[in-house]
Amino acid sequence: MIEMQDVSFGYRGGGALLSNITLGLPAGSFHFLTGPSGSGKTTFLRLCYADLLPSGGRLTAFGHDVAGLSRDGIAMLRRKVGVLHQDAQFLDHLPVAENIALPLTVAGQPVDMKALKELLGWVSMTNHARALPPSLSGGERQRAALARAVIMSPDFVLADEPTGNLDWDMSMRLLQLLVELNRSGKTILIATHDMDLIRTARQLEVQARVLRISGRRVQLAGADL
Amino acid sequence: MKVDLRHVDWRSLWRGLIGRDGSVAGRIVPSTGFTAQLTMLTAGAMAFLAVFALALSFATGRLAERWSQSLAQTVTVRVSAPADEIETQTGTVMAILQQTPGIAQARMLPEDEVESLLTPWFGPDVPIEALPIPRLIEITEGGDGFDAEGLGLRLAAEAPGAVLDDHTRWRKPLITAASRLRFLGIVSLALIAAAGGAMMALAAQSSLAANGQVIRVLRLIGARDVTIAQAFVRRFTRRAAAGSLAGTALGMLAIALLPNMDEAGGFLTGLGFQGWGWLWPLLIPLVAAGVGFFATRWAALRMLRAVP
Repeated sequence: MIEMQDVSFGYRGGGALLSNITLGLPAGSFHFLTGPSGSGKTTFLRLCYADLLPSGGRLTAFGHDVAGLSRDGIAMLRRKVGVLHQDAQFLDHLPVAENIALPLTVAGQPVDMKALKELLGWVSMTNHARALPPSLSGGERQRAALARAVIMSPDFVLADEPTGNLDWDMSMRLLQLLVELNRSGKTILIATHDMDLIRTARQLEVQARVLRISGRRVQLAGADL
Repeated sequence: MKVDLRHVDWRSLWRGLIGRDGSVAGRIVPSTGFTAQLTMLTAGAMAFLAVFALALSFATGRLAERWSQSLAQTVTVRVSAPADEIETQTGTVMAILQQTPGIAQARMLPEDEVESLLTPWFGPDVPIEALPIPRLIEITEGGDGFDAEGLGLRLAAEAPGAVLDDHTRWRKPLITAASRLRFLGIVSLALIAAAGGAMMALAAQSSLAANGQVIRVLRLIGARDVTIAQAFVRRFTRRAAAGSLAGTALGMLAIALLPNMDEAGGFLTGLGFQGWGWLWPLLIPLVAAGVGFFATRWAALRMLRAVP
């Protein structure tokens, strides 16, 4: 699904943040990505959905070299990737249900109201369907963002510190939802520095692997969970 | 950046323009009341000015045509001579005119017509017989016209008191002036369209800059640049069309309320539209919507592509 060959990246005016990364994220896999703050976890995720392009090496997503994709090609790639950020952003003037259905709207696809209701139920947001995003709590925002991330049935779901603003119970709920997605065949990559979250994943009996960013490189940390 | 019409989604644009603005696609961009009002006001003012520029262009066109047609076929011979020679010279001139090829008719103006010509200058009841008024002979050209230069030389030789006046001296500058006024009217229309387009482009760029979060969210979920641009384009095109429709209506009303040409003659009262000409201003809202569409699309895509 995602293949990296000697991928490097550095922001303009700064040195290399990531260098010589060679790894693959196969379809249906579940990975945690850890590392200290500022180590490049978010940058790694942004490379995966072509929000940033590698400064060196070759990154292939869904069989396409991202460096050769047009702007429209990148937009199409993102429709196959669901992204969940710590600070989930919405169109604040649209109700939650319309925000969740937004990927379908911009793709010109019809919204199946029954499926939308099921999705709202899956993330326990049925009662907030008509609410405006600014009125949601942190946990509700994350669950709404997860619903929006998966409404296009993407093959790959990325989550950047998804539990950073959540209490433990809500973090567990979100992790369970991501594990459910993985069991349905989706590829999951979660960037987090929360080691408790990673340890808890064992209890959910998920076959997850841990990647660690250290010294500008990404390493496989230990055995499978 | 050139405008590439091949990539314009006309069907989607049409749907966007006539569709309900209440759909989610129509509400992707949050409405900003103040900006919307300013955009519509500016579009309305531009359309109002465009109506007058169009009317000016039409009026000067008609004026140039009227002067050209009405004066081109009328030539005057003025006979000034001492009282004892005036009849002889007038007879000679009439004989020459009747022999000259290309002259359909030569008619000496009777005293009452001469009096009416002088009335604006001297008032009514002019004692013409007491004034040294020259005889006036009106010539109507026929066919391909006559040799004015040859006729002038012959009159000078055979009737020294006769002067041929074909109005060329003052007709040409008037027609030139009217034609230039018409051209200036067209230039004004082009400038109004350009200024309107620039205003729309600036407003769209300002709106895009103010909606950074909307754009970030849309990109994250896989929106193409053209989809994002279209959300802004639709809104601005509608504003341009609505504002210019109101401006055009007001402009047409103002033109219709100008004094009637019958009440007072002259150029100013000719400023307006006649007959089917009243349909021309109705194109202004369509043109304004088109200008708004292309200007906004160009500005939006340019701005979106500048951001990686």
